[in-house]
Amino acid sequence: MSNFSTDANAIVEAHALAFSRRDEPILRPLDFHLGTGELSFVEGDNGSGKTTLLNILAGLLRPSSGEVHISGYAPGTDGARAETRLLGHQLGLKGDLSARENLRVAMGLYGCREGVTADQSLAEVGLCGFEDEPIRSLSAGQKKRVALSALNLGNARLWLLDEPFANLDRAGIDLVNTMLDLHLQRGGAALVTTHGAVSFRQEQTHKLRLNI
Amino acid sequence: MTSPGLFSGFRAILQRDLLLAWRRRGDAAMPVLYAMIVAILFPFALGPNHQLLARVSGGIVLVTVLLAMLLALDNLFRSDLEDGVLAQMVLAPQSLSALMAARILAYWLVTASPLLVAGPILGYMLGLPAQAQPVLFLSLVLSSALLALLGSMLAALTAGTRRSGMLLSLMLLPLIVPVVIFAAGAISAVEQGLPWIAPLAWLSAALALTLVLAPVACATALRITLDA
Repeated sequence: MSNFSTDANAIVEAHALAFSRRDEPILRPLDFHLGTGELSFVEGDNGSGKTTLLNILAGLLRPSSGEVHISGYAPGTDGARAETRLLGHQLGLKGDLSARENLRVAMGLYGCREGVTADQSLAEVGLCGFEDEPIRSLSAGQKKRVALSALNLGNARLWLLDEPFANLDRAGIDLVNTMLDLHLQRGGAALVTTHGAVSFRQEQTHKLRLNI
Repeated sequence: MTSPGLFSGFRAILQRDLLLAWRRRGDAAMPVLYAMIVAILFPFALGPNHQLLARVSGGIVLVTVLLAMLLALDNLFRSDLEDGVLAQMVLAPQSLSALMAARILAYWLVTASPLLVAGPILGYMLGLPAQAQPVLFLSLVLSSALLALLGSMLAALTAGTRRSGMLLSLMLLPLIVPVVIFAAGAISAVEQGLPWIAPLAWLSAALALTLVLAPVACATALRITLDA
């Protein structure tokens, strides 16, 4: 990690990060930096590598070249995994289990913030009364809300959100914005992919444009 | 901040899998029904020859139970892969091997325990000698646990391929042959009044080895599956 500044605030530091699959470049070399309380929108056309970037940061894919560190750890190592949460296109919820049971699994796997309960977290995303419904009988937007509340339970500092606004109504989009606001205030950071124009209240957002 | 311990992840996955099995108890009953149907058909095919049935009954029950366990194996990681839960497990700060151990334990409990109840009953029905019953039960316990561990490794390797059931069975065959030989060896030894402890000791040794290695192998195989 000799090339990196010893910035205590840095959560993500990427240096010439690139990814190619079978010699075909998916992600051109990227340099970026994300500190505590910072949010970055990853923008780009379909196929420009937004999801690939998030998967690399989560540690699911290995970069072809370049370096990336999450709180000083390489992605996918124990230290980095404790800091990172990924919300992808697949929400990672079991259709046969209820919302509350799914959250309980998430709490077992990822831990939870002090004094937060599953029911309270579901109420925060507007799913009061749906705690015992099996996930498969919920609508796409409601499933997304359950996944968001599972994300909100944990204490990971880096959120990697892949199209979090998809399937959500206007109130849901506001909800995501509020959740992101609170997360940044707690000293977290977030990388959010989007292809649409979604206004975010906070001023200090960065934009990362991906184009081959 | 409450950081999740190793045990909390293990327990969360075990609880989740048992709950899922309970929600789909129809599916969980499939293997035991299959084993009963196959074992019941044998006397009709072989004819009502008591001596013949008594001699082959141990082997029939053993093979039927192991094949019945294969029914649920193909789906072990498939549904988790499809709904993204597997990615969440890989990304969790817990050791993936521990989570896989919970997954395999749940599979064994759900699939093998009804078969372990049915196995001795089927053996009795086919006229297995009474002194062989405890040995049949012991070898069923050991070989079903071995099959769960070996099979889950291969299920993890083939989880990413479509319609992998056939491939899985083919890959499992050479691994499961020694298990069947030792388990059946113990049963036939006790039937002939010979010492039967040695084959079971070999099975236990293999179980101890796979108990340690299979969860690690599973975790590695699933990481490869997700990376592709």
